[in-house]
Amino acid sequence: MNASAYTSLSNRKVDVAKKEMTFWERIYLPAIIKGMMITLKHFFSKKNTVQYPEVERPRAAIWRGTHVLKRDDEGRERCTACGLCALACPAEAISMVAAERKIGEEHLYREEKYAEIYEINQLRCIYCGLCEEACPKAAIFLTPEITDVEYKRKDFIYGKDKLVEKVGENRIV
Amino acid sequence: MDNIQIKIILATIVFAVTLGIAAYSTYFERKFASFFQDRIGPNRAGIFGLLQPLADGGKLFFKEEFIPSSANKFLFILGPSLTMLTALMASAVIPWGMSLVIDGKTIDLFLVDLNVGVLYVFAVVSIGVYGIMIGGWASNNKFSLLGAVRAASQMISYELAMGLSVIAIIMLTGSMSLKDITLAQSGFNWNFWQQPLACLIFIVCAFAECNRTPFDLPESESELIGGYHTEYSSMKMGLYLFGEYINMFISSAMISILFFGGYSYPGMQSLYESSPNTAAILSVVSLFAKIFFFIFLFMWVRWTLPRFRYDQLMNLGWKSLIPLAIINIIVTGAVILIKQHYFS
Repeated sequence: MNASAYTSLSNRKVDVAKKEMTFWERIYLPAIIKGMMITLKHFFSKKNTVQYPEVERPRAAIWRGTHVLKRDDEGRERCTACGLCALACPAEAISMVAAERKIGEEHLYREEKYAEIYEINQLRCIYCGLCEEACPKAAIFLTPEITDVEYKRKDFIYGKDKLVEKVGENRIV
Repeated sequence: MDNIQIKIILATIVFAVTLGIAAYSTYFERKFASFFQDRIGPNRAGIFGLLQPLADGGKLFFKEEFIPSSANKFLFILGPSLTMLTALMASAVIPWGMSLVIDGKTIDLFLVDLNVGVLYVFAVVSIGVYGIMIGGWASNNKFSLLGAVRAASQMISYELAMGLSVIAIIMLTGSMSLKDITLAQSGFNWNFWQQPLACLIFIVCAFAECNRTPFDLPESESELIGGYHTEYSSMKMGLYLFGEYINMFISSAMISILFFGGYSYPGMQSLYESSPNTAAILSVVSLFAKIFFFIFLFMWVRWTLPRFRYDQLMNLGWKSLIPLAIINIIVTGAVILIKQHYFS
């Protein structure tokens, strides 16, 4: 077996021939005019640009965007600060501080333990959705919203003020 | 108003129009580049992005004025100034249109009708090489120097073929005045029909003279990081880029005048006898329509063709264009002689 047998294994063997260019090829002009006609066709063709802030390209129904912390039917926070989301997070973007529910706060928190501080670093987050799957209380979800642009890095660390849903609001469609 | 005042006003108008066209060439370059690439292009500054050149200019003015510590400061500033100066000087001899008649006074729509107009343009344009060379040398940067050396050799090589191709036109017309060349082509009797080869050589050389793709080797950003203007920033960089666009405008004007009838259009003379001012304004429109077409051609070619290799560039210049131009001169001369001897 010689070497050329291997080169044709892919069925894409191309014989490179260094053949002399003809006169028409050597004066370049026909090729140039042909190329210019192609670009002229593109000049008048439909443009592909999506003018982003005004027009948004449709996203898939399962698009995973920025996070939300849900409330239950009575408007109480569902999160019990078990830390499973933080554990599941491959990017280590979630951190929380747990606190005990005081008497008289039953209308605010569903469980006896709740997250006093709950932070997601949106720059670390890879939007994989594993936190959503890990959550035993169905508290955290990824919404179809795109994370906003900020001027400072620290503004990308979302606290409970941005994450927890308003009462009566539904951010996951 | 005496003649001097009229000339000063006309010079100011020419200056302003040249700068305005150069500024808006940058806008249209970006816009057309986008169209050729199926994009929309700048459209945020003003309606259709029409204020983009102002935004770009403003940005360039407020950028840091940086001069490298090892650069020759005097030459570093002289370079872009020279480029700009020579680019603007060339517009002095261009005949913009027929004479206007206002209050019984005829106003010529050109600054000066030199009897060696073609020669003047060539002389001024070749000084433009110094702007690039001095700038590239003064930067004290190897990429700048390489770009400058490339620019110098390229522009000198292509100026030869350019000059030789124009000689055929001068032989046909018998005059070096741009106005005479324009008038000799009136009534669709364009030089292009008689001298297509000279026209082609001239256009190719004009691309090379303006350092435009496919001959943009002096600045080839992929190899030389911008070439001669690598070290330039702020408005000095802006002057270089601006100079390039002014050169493009002047080159387009020269192509229009030498080969495509300049400001003349069919039926111009008969219209001039009945209403001279309409004819004059239409002649300016005619010239600018031609100029704009060639500016579009410059951009069209830029966004179609890739860059030449340096040896290909030199081969094309010395081994193809110059011999072709010389053959063209000989054939033109022979035909003129035969015509004079046997057909007159």
